[in-house]
Amino acid sequence: MNVSEVLALVLLAAGAFFLLIGSIGVVRLPDFYARTHATSKSDTLGLMLALLGLGIHEGITLNSAKLVVVVVFVALTNPVGTHALARAAYQSGLQPWFVGGPLPEDPTRAEPAGDEPEGGR
Amino acid sequence: MDTAFAVIAVVLAVIIAIPFYRLVVGPTLFDRLLGAGAIGTKTLVLICLVGVMYGRLDLFIDITVAYAVLNFIGNLAIAKYFSNPKAEERAMEEAS
Repeated sequence: MNVSEVLALVLLAAGAFFLLIGSIGVVRLPDFYARTHATSKSDTLGLMLALLGLGIHEGITLNSAKLVVVVVFVALTNPVGTHALARAAYQSGLQPWFVGGPLPEDPTRAEPAGDEPEGGR
Repeated sequence: MDTAFAVIAVVLAVIIAIPFYRLVVGPTLFDRLLGAGAIGTKTLVLICLVGVMYGRLDLFIDITVAYAVLNFIGNLAIAKYFSNPKAEERAMEEAS
């Protein structure tokens, strides 16, 4: 095994680690708005590391250029999609989970639909 | 090298299976959508890894690009569909 293969394997393992952290976060975090952190940040970082590792394994070819295109595209669009989802949830009246009292009035949010969503610890 | 790739692919399959819990149990609709998006993002890595293992990355990378675009567009469309346009209009009226 030469240097590039070792580097590719290390990057792939680091990417799999961050994807695992993202998966655990999606299941374990207490609230929808907290779970968006897990899927937007650590998933994007894990995918970038893993695909860069595969690109190093491929060497400089057209395929590794396409891999870089996928990495840039996902790094731009994954946080945007998660943000759009969180904005839709906020505007449709989903209450954030936190320790203090209810949130102050906000005209951009719809009326809460009666029963407030449970935290699902 | 192929053995290491196979091991990482199996680990990735297990990692992809974890957010199915949020997809099935999730207390609200948005939790389910979030779980579906997380599964889609992780599947991109698995598709690329399978392409490298088969030696046909030129074929699989195009599938990856299409999958990434579909994931993003579907996410945006669903988010737009479930947002609340009346709340935005009310906020605009109160601001003016």
